Amino acid sequence: MNTVNVTVNLTMALTIGGLYAVGFYLLLQRSLMRIIIGIVIVGHAANMFLQLAGGPPGRSPIVGVSPAEEMTDPLPQAMALTAIVITFALTTFLLALAYRSSVLLGHDEVRDDVEDRRIRRQQQRVDEREEPDEPGADRKFEFGTDNDKEATR
Amino acid sequence: MTMLVALPILLPLLAAGLSLVLGRFATLQRLLGVVVFTANAVLAVVLLAEADKSGPVVLQLGGWDAPVGITLVADRLSALLMLISMVVMLAVLVYSIGQRITDYGRSTSSTAFHPMYLVLGAGVSMAYLTGDLFNLFVAFEIMLGASYVLITRRTTATRVRAGMTYTIVSLTSSLLFITMIALVYAATGTVNLADLSGKVEALPVGVQSAMALMMIVVFGIKSAMVPLHFWLPDSYPTAPAPVTAVFAGLLTKVGVYALIRTQTLVFDHGESWTLLLWFSVITMIIGALGAIAQNDLNRLLSFLLVSHIGYMLFGLALYDVTGLAGAILYVVHHITVQATLFLVSGLLTRHTGTVALRGMGGLAKLYPAIALLFAIPALNLAGIPPFSGFVAKLALLEAGAEVGTTMAYVATGAAVLTSFLTLYAMAKVWVFAFWGKSKPPHPDPDPTDELIIGTGSTSRTMVSATSALVVFGVLIAVFAGPLSEISTRAATDLLDGGPYRTAVLGEEAE
Repeated sequence: MNTVNVTVNLTMALTIGGLYAVGFYLLLQRSLMRIIIGIVIVGHAANMFLQLAGGPPGRSPIVGVSPAEEMTDPLPQAMALTAIVITFALTTFLLALAYRSSVLLGHDEVRDDVEDRRIRRQQQRVDEREEPDEPGADRKFEFGTDNDKEATR
Repeated sequence: MTMLVALPILLPLLAAGLSLVLGRFATLQRLLGVVVFTANAVLAVVLLAEADKSGPVVLQLGGWDAPVGITLVADRLSALLMLISMVVMLAVLVYSIGQRITDYGRSTSSTAFHPMYLVLGAGVSMAYLTGDLFNLFVAFEIMLGASYVLITRRTTATRVRAGMTYTIVSLTSSLLFITMIALVYAATGTVNLADLSGKVEALPVGVQSAMALMMIVVFGIKSAMVPLHFWLPDSYPTAPAPVTAVFAGLLTKVGVYALIRTQTLVFDHGESWTLLLWFSVITMIIGALGAIAQNDLNRLLSFLLVSHIGYMLFGLALYDVTGLAGAILYVVHHITVQATLFLVSGLLTRHTGTVALRGMGGLAKLYPAIALLFAIPALNLAGIPPFSGFVAKLALLEAGAEVGTTMAYVATGAAVLTSFLTLYAMAKVWVFAFWGKSKPPHPDPDPTDELIIGTGSTSRTMVSATSALVVFGVLIAVFAGPLSEISTRAATDLLDGGPYRTAVLGEEAE
């Protein structure tokens, strides 16, 4: 196999970098739709990166049509194609899940982590009590005394 | 012989299609699943025997030779892990069939569960058998795709949220995986693991570290290594018991396997690896402390799962034969024990109607059989002497002392401490759930969903499937001698890498 030509197309590199940045920014949002779009964009970036890894473009890799040394490396294209199909299928699945979520919950916000919610509730209880000096005051804030459905089921 | 390597992947995939067609014939569908997983376990035994006798069994798919085509390789490590995984998947399948029959009667069928479970099996086998980085990605996607469906099936609001976390985190790690493959391909021009192992050494150190770190992040997310573990305790506990059991038993361990395979075959670290040792220490300690803080039995078990991933990383990070052999033994032990514990938790919640430890009590008196089924894997996980957990931990601790650097001693100390913390967490479960005053069962908070709990009904099939796994876990300890010999041979293979390379690339490559 050829070790890949080191010259990288700057436009491609910048585009891919930009896509990764945009995708990861969207992944950090609270709305499910934005997260899904983020995943799609990072997917595009990854697939383009895979293309870029195959080296500079050449002639079509068909034996008899173009000479071997001018051919593009077909392997990354095959891999990118597989990856595109997989990301496509999973994006569809995610969209179905987001739809289900909005049917069940009426919104598509991602909720806080179970543990985070529990800590916040405990903090609220501490604040309500307002007697932090009393010894043993926090003995009652034991874990798991809440009735959160997720924490107790 | 070489054709046999493809069968563990082909059988479940073809059976999945058939299973979908058989959707209306519930009994046939169930029978098909059981037959396929039994066949896979038998195949794994045959492959293990062959690989142990005469080296890795290799199949070049489609007639394309190694660096270009897709290669399937069954060496000692992959065959051994596949054997254990298939036995566990079989037991969990029998359990879930029992649960289905108890809840809905013999004639009702579930269209999605059986096909997806078979696809999951195919993905797991493929991940073990593949000898190619991109194919490993495809195997992960097959496995995870099936797991997304299994975890979000018949969704309630809670499970949509949990499934969402799980899906998005896994998908992000998959996209990083593609990125990593692109990086590897750009640097070396190949994705074949055996071929890579020869080419990576020639690369500049910086590129090598970048590749190794990408792999740690990608497989670290899959195997729930702290600080990349946060998704696991959030998503696993919401699924029905059999699904959680098979996820907890297998999926994270497949990540660990991928980490072991790539870090030994592709890179040559030469000596114990301080960075990974640190990760293993924080994984062990944070996981165990997280477990102690829990009230929810399934969350507690999930945190313990995270914590014990640390032991396997510890073995890998030591990077010598004893350490790797210990890590392999630990994977074998942990797949079985963790799946068993989640199945027992499933049995318990059917009686109590809640997974909150404070809602349980006096179960030892009410259900002594289940108490025994819990006690054995619990002690096993904590590493109490006659069980396999002790054997595996002892091997790791010995390896840690053998390496003898300061960091190795720190990690060894952390391993001992984690063992105690695990015992403490298990004692906590025991005190809350099995001792004390009996409490009446809670009604099912959501009777419409698939998770039927609190009915107090368990069938003989469910209990026997769980008991079979408990016995299997004990048997691992009984056969610890031959097992540790074979893991030592597997570890030697891993560090040497020569036989694997020769088997895949042919003689002239050496």
